[in-house]
Amino acid sequence: MIKDLLIILISSSLVNNVVLSQFLGLCPFLGVSKKTNTAAGMGVAVIFVITLASAVSGVIYKFILEKLGVTYLQTIVFILVIAALVQFVEMFLKKFMPPLYQALGVYLPLITTNCAVLGIALTNVQKKYGILTGIVNGFATAAGFTVAIVILAGIREKMEYNDIPESFKGMPIVLVTAGLMAIAFCGFSGLL
Amino acid sequence: MNNSNAMERLYNGLVKENPTFVLMLGMCPTLAVTTSAMNGLGMGLTTMVVLALSNMIISLLRNIIPDKVRIPAFIVIIASFVTMVELLLEGFIPALYDALGLYIPLIVVNCIILGRAEAYASKNPVIPSLFDGIGMGLGFSFALTCIGAVRELIGAGEIFGLHIMPDSYVPCAIFIMAPGAFFVLAALTAVQNKIRINGEKKGKDMSKMQSGCSEDCMNCNEKGCSHRFYGEGKESEQK
Repeated sequence: MIKDLLIILISSSLVNNVVLSQFLGLCPFLGVSKKTNTAAGMGVAVIFVITLASAVSGVIYKFILEKLGVTYLQTIVFILVIAALVQFVEMFLKKFMPPLYQALGVYLPLITTNCAVLGIALTNVQKKYGILTGIVNGFATAAGFTVAIVILAGIREKMEYNDIPESFKGMPIVLVTAGLMAIAFCGFSGLL
Repeated sequence: MNNSNAMERLYNGLVKENPTFVLMLGMCPTLAVTTSAMNGLGMGLTTMVVLALSNMIISLLRNIIPDKVRIPAFIVIIASFVTMVELLLEGFIPALYDALGLYIPLIVVNCIILGRAEAYASKNPVIPSLFDGIGMGLGFSFALTCIGAVRELIGAGEIFGLHIMPDSYVPCAIFIMAPGAFFVLAALTAVQNKIRINGEKKGKDMSKMQSGCSEDCMNCNEKGCSHRFYGEGKESEQK
């Protein structure tokens, strides 16, 4: 059991990295990676939301959708649940944990229905993970996202003063960087 | 309904506001499924069907849906069509269903669809909205097929599974793997940048030509992507 979870942890966070090999959550990855500390903030918010969302969607899938035999409604149900969940988390944090809200608040609306969140809820179902395994998978995937976005932000900070050809300024050079990172992450596939 | 309006919508989606080459929207599926021209075409056509149908229904319901809950309502409509298309693909084209996998349900969060719903279908009559969806969908399919063909040609020496390159060509397999997607898109955005810079030097308005959604795949309505749609939506209102 523990061994299985460890394998999921490594494979979801490094080997099948959510951004660099599955292209989910690409927009925040490219959009919020200008500075390392905002990237880290975004990463923590993503970990928080995805872990919570995979727990909630796992419970709903097992105890409502499967019981009623309407598993084909998963896409519709998951997206509404996730959207509502993020709104709710935002309100809850604002009211009861102001310091955490101040740290994460800015990023929460950005991830409302980010494709990575829905993607992981659906992957958990597709791979027939149980609730606990699903939560671990969600956490690991989000951790992989955080690692990737923080590294990219670090590289982009260094690149700021480099002499880049005019037409490669902005998005193209970031994509080239992401591509090189993806090659590096391919190296992890030997781990398993 | 005059013919020219429908043609104008198709032209707009295919060329003037091509969602991939000009607006750079919906990048997640663009990168993920373009490992071959066939997959790109399949994904593009699937998205087109969802886009056209959801545009049509949203346009039909545009006077009934209250303004405050319009986004959730749009999402439910889009998600319903995606589910239908997914089940149909699973039943009738299982090969494509297996190749696209997770990215079929993720059509729900493709910002082109919600962006078009918000910017065009919720303000315009049914037939133009339907053609708008078809035009945008065709533009998206065309772009995905091109990107897929380039990646397949470099990465496997084939296009649509037909061997094209001479036998002495050694396929550069990295182009059909994840890093290749980033490199192809980087080249594409670089070309786009170049065209924009040249256009600005000649004094043309290039504000629509930008790279990527800003931060969120789906929060288009408030920030980022569909702002660029908005201007166009307002113009057609004035007409």
